[in-house]
Amino acid sequence: MASVVLEAVRKVYAGGVEAVKGLSLTIPNGSFTVLLGPSGCGKSTLLRMIAGLEEISGGTVTIGSKKVNDVEPSDRDIAMVFQNYALYPHMSVYDNMAYGLRNRGTAKEEIERRVAEAARMLAIEPYLQRKPRALSGGQRQRVAMGRAIVREPAAFLFDEPLSNLDAKLRVQMRLEIRKLHNRLKATSIFVTHDQVEAMTLADQVVVMNSGKIEQTGTPLEIYRRPASIFVATFIGSPAMNLFPGTIEAPGKVRLADGTSFAYDANVFDAKIGAKVEIGLRPEDAKAGTAVPGRPKLAWEVTEELGATRLLHGTLAGSSFVLAMPADIDTPAHEIALETTPGTIHIFDPESGRSLRRA
Amino acid sequence: MERRALFGGKTLPYMLLLPQFAIVVVFFYFPAGQAVWQSLLMEDAFGISTEFVWFENYQLLAVNPEYYKTMTTTAVFSFLVAFLSLSCGLLLAVMADKQIKGATIYKTMLIWPYAVAPAVAGVLWLFMFQPSLGMLAKMLRSWGIDWNPLLNGNHAMILVVLAATWKQISYNFLFFLAGLAAIPKSVIEAAAIDGAKPMRRFWTIIFPLLSPTAFFLLVINIVYVFFDTFGIIDSVTGGGPAGNTITMVYKVYQDGKSGANLGSSAAQSVVLMVIVIALTAVQFKFIERKVQY
Repeated sequence: MASVVLEAVRKVYAGGVEAVKGLSLTIPNGSFTVLLGPSGCGKSTLLRMIAGLEEISGGTVTIGSKKVNDVEPSDRDIAMVFQNYALYPHMSVYDNMAYGLRNRGTAKEEIERRVAEAARMLAIEPYLQRKPRALSGGQRQRVAMGRAIVREPAAFLFDEPLSNLDAKLRVQMRLEIRKLHNRLKATSIFVTHDQVEAMTLADQVVVMNSGKIEQTGTPLEIYRRPASIFVATFIGSPAMNLFPGTIEAPGKVRLADGTSFAYDANVFDAKIGAKVEIGLRPEDAKAGTAVPGRPKLAWEVTEELGATRLLHGTLAGSSFVLAMPADIDTPAHEIALETTPGTIHIFDPESGRSLRRA
Repeated sequence: MERRALFGGKTLPYMLLLPQFAIVVVFFYFPAGQAVWQSLLMEDAFGISTEFVWFENYQLLAVNPEYYKTMTTTAVFSFLVAFLSLSCGLLLAVMADKQIKGATIYKTMLIWPYAVAPAVAGVLWLFMFQPSLGMLAKMLRSWGIDWNPLLNGNHAMILVVLAATWKQISYNFLFFLAGLAAIPKSVIEAAAIDGAKPMRRFWTIIFPLLSPTAFFLLVINIVYVFFDTFGIIDSVTGGGPAGNTITMVYKVYQDGKSGANLGSSAAQSVVLMVIVIALTAVQFKFIERKVQY
C-alpha cells in the first residue's frame, strides 16, 4: 500500500487538446479518493495516467516513494477495475484471477490460497471454473474486483466500475466496495460522474471540471461548503438554487425585487454594493410567515418524491426549487421563505468562486 | 399463441429451396458426379472407344511412384505456403494494428497483392528471379549463390512458394487485422496492468482471442494451396524442372489436358477432393474445439 502524489500533472493530446491542465493532488495512503466530474472533465484521463495507460505530458506522478512517469503499467504495482470489466473471455474465472500472479511468478500454492480467499470474500466460489460469458453483470464485476484484490497492489484504480450495472445492483455493489475498502484499507482511486457514488464511497472527493480541480474535501465539506458555483450546482439533487443579488449591508443581501436574505458576514467576505450570486439549497428554506421584506416564492408545479415534495416556481425573477416534507399540506401559491443565515452561500459572479473567508 | 406464419402443404418449402438447390446441383454435384463416373472409365489412346473398368484407374495410381512424389510435393508446398502466409499475415497485422502515422496507407498497400491475378503474380516473380534477367536473381548470383530455378528443383520450389505466399498474405492480413480490431482494447490494457509484457500479452491474450480467425483462415488457406495455386505453378514453372513442382491439382490438369488421360485425371481429382474434405473435417473436429471460448 502506498500514497499517490500528483504534481502539476498535464495531459496534452496530439491534436493540441489539453485534457488535464497542471493538476496537483495527494491521495493519502489507505484513503478512498473519488474523482468526480462531468464527462470530458479529464478524470478518466487522469486515472489512466496514474495507471500508465496514457503518457504523461508534464509534471510527475509518484506512487509510494517511486516516480513512475516512465514506468510500464506492469511495473507500477497497481490494479485496475474497468467500466466494461475487461475480463479475459477465453479464461475461466479462476485463471482470470490467477493471471496477474502467474505473470509475476508467484508460487502455485500461494496463488491458490489468494484466489480462494478473494473468491470467498466476493462470494464467487461457485463460479471459479466458469467462463466470464456464463456470468451475470454483477458476477463479472465481482470477478474484476477479485482480479484486482488477489494482486494485493499498492493502489486500486476504479474506472466507473458501476455504470454498466442496473440501478439496484449498483447500490448493492457500491456498499460492497465500501465494505471491502474498510476491510482491506487499500489506497483506492475511484472515477465516477455519479455524485451519489462519490458521496457514499469517498473519504476524499476531488471535484474536477475541464481538466482542473474545482475542490478537494470530504463529502460533507464539498456539500456544505462548496468552493465554487460549479461544485455547488454539481453536488446535491435537486441542484442548489442560484439567483443574483447585491450586498446591502454586512450580513444582508438584497434580491432583484428589493427583498433580502440574511447571511453570515463572519463566513463570507463581500464588499457593500457588490453584485453577487446567492446560493440556497432547496432543502435549506421553508415556508414561513409573511413578513415585509421577506422573499416570496411563487410556485407553479409540484413534484411528489414520496418523502419530499418539490415546488418549482420563481423567486425575484429567477427560477427556484423548494423541497419540503411531503406530510405538510402544500401552502398557497405564494410562500414567504424562511432561512437561517448559515445556509446562504455567496459567490463572485465573475470568477464563480465562493466568497467564503479562508 | 402461434405467431409464426403457417403454410399448409409441403410443396411451398421445396419450391422455395429449389433455386438454391438447382445452383448447387448444376455447379457442384453434377460436375463432381461426372468426375466420379469418368474415373471409372478408361479411353483408348485416340479417344475412340470407352470402357468401364471399375477401379482400375485408382489401382494404377496406387502403384504409380510419380503420383506419390506429387503427393509429397503437394504436402511440402501446402505446408510452407500455409505456414508462411499465415504467420506473415499475422505479423503484418499486429504491426499495422499499432497506432502509427500513415497506418491507412500502409494497410491499403498491403491489401493490393490480393487484387493481382495468380498468373500475373506468377509472371511477376518469374521475372524477378529469372536467372539471367531478374533483378533479385542477379543479386543472389552476385552473392555467390548459383541461383537457377530453371534447373534446380529446390530453387523452383522456393520460387513458387514465395509467389503463392506473397499473393495470400494480403488476404490473411485483412482478416487478422479485422480480428485484432475486434479485441477490446481494455482487455489488453488489463493484461498490461496485470504484469504481462508485450510478448506474453500476445501469446496469452491476443493470440487465443484471434484463434477463431486463425482457424477460419487455416481452412481457407488449405483450400487455396490445394486448388488456387494452379495458375502460379503453371505460369512460373509449368511443373518443372523435372516435375519437381507438380502438385496434385497440377497433375490433374497435366494428365487430363495435355496427357488426354481423362480417366486417371478424373480419379486424381476425386482423390484430391477426398483429401481436402478429410482435412477440413479433421480441422473442424480437432482444432475448432480448442478455439471455442
